[in-house]
Amino acid sequence: MYDFAFQTPASVADAVKLLADPEARPLAGGQTLIPVLKQRLNKPTTVVDLSRLGLSGITVSGTTLTIGATTTHRTVARSAEVKQLIPALAALAGMIGDPAVRYRGTIGGSLANNDPTADYPSAALALGATIKTSARSIAADEYFQGMFATALQPGEIITAIEFTAPEKAAYEKFSNPASRYAMVGVFVARGPKGVRVTVTGAGQNGVFRHTAFEAALSKSWSPDALNGIATPVDSMNADIHGSAEYRAHLVGVVAKRAVAKTL
Amino acid sequence: MPQVSLTVNGKPASVEVEGRTLLVELLREKLGLTGTHVGCDTSQCGACVVHVDGMAVKSCTMLALSANGATVTTIEGLAAADGTLHPMQEMFREHHALQCGFCTPGMVMAAIDLVNSHPEGLTEEQIRHGLEGNLCRCTGYHNIVKAISAAWPLMHQKGLPVAAE
Repeated sequence: MYDFAFQTPASVADAVKLLADPEARPLAGGQTLIPVLKQRLNKPTTVVDLSRLGLSGITVSGTTLTIGATTTHRTVARSAEVKQLIPALAALAGMIGDPAVRYRGTIGGSLANNDPTADYPSAALALGATIKTSARSIAADEYFQGMFATALQPGEIITAIEFTAPEKAAYEKFSNPASRYAMVGVFVARGPKGVRVTVTGAGQNGVFRHTAFEAALSKSWSPDALNGIATPVDSMNADIHGSAEYRAHLVGVVAKRAVAKTL
Repeated sequence: MPQVSLTVNGKPASVEVEGRTLLVELLREKLGLTGTHVGCDTSQCGACVVHVDGMAVKSCTMLALSANGATVTTIEGLAAADGTLHPMQEMFREHHALQCGFCTPGMVMAAIDLVNSHPEGLTEEQIRHGLEGNLCRCTGYHNIVKAISAAWPLMHQKGLPVAAE
């Protein structure tokens, strides 16, 4: 790992100031950034620790659930509030990585990085979440802009994520057995935003909405409603773990399992 | 160079580190606690798991400076001063849950956290899922699962200290 200066700001304003340096990188739980630094794939001059900004915690107001950016996956997975209001979100958090990763990894870090195989982007997009940042609020529909790309501006940090409880929702994934990342992850939701089906892990451009599945499930909310509906192979990712055809097939299988979970 | 102050196995330590120093490097190279192992470079194997403020984390995926002010327990800190093993260590021995032993320190630390996290009980399936972040290439996991099952009642029902922290 290349060396860097380590800064621990105590306020969001101070963190934003430090991150005005284009060579500075924010550190949340570090479960992606530290492996990246170890591989020397990134060479920041300064690493800005976001863990002491007071951005951790879960609050509920009516049907709105707000999760602070540095709330860990473990905390979300075990939260009574999340389990009650959006159980699919707690279940998703409990499926990320492994127990040690869940102790450190954070929801804000996952969404800021927008890894194409990360779990949280599927939930944020399917539930129509609002990403609150140091500067503004961003709708999930505008937030995700392709692999590792988001609407965040340089130096802008996520402070919280706001979810509205759906009527029904579930997440299912087919994990890579070594990394636990999603080979294919599908989040299905029915609620105030209508029926939404999002897919992570499989698409070449990161998380995406599967509009053909959405139309079918709007007519009939059942696994069988997805019979015979194809997933375009040419938009699928392909690597040593699975071909594009394999992933396209898995999207259908995993989506059916997700719908079945809600019944 | 920046300074990190923390408590390791009950003893205070204050050490100069670089920004890039990993917690596992601090433990092994600065404090000589080589029981914590590094088995991979990709945060997958779990041989480096230690407890930081009671949480089982991969010390290869945490900066030493992030542990400033923290209380850390490593495999060396589990046994009592008179050498009496922690119940999890004892059960690993009893059930032959190790062969080469390389993954064992991380396995034991992760297993203690798993038992602590499930006071309501632990099924075999939960144990196997709970070990997803710890790789063993010798045992096939079977005896590790047995050892953890056997340690659960010792840690929860006999009123023994849940972890020597």
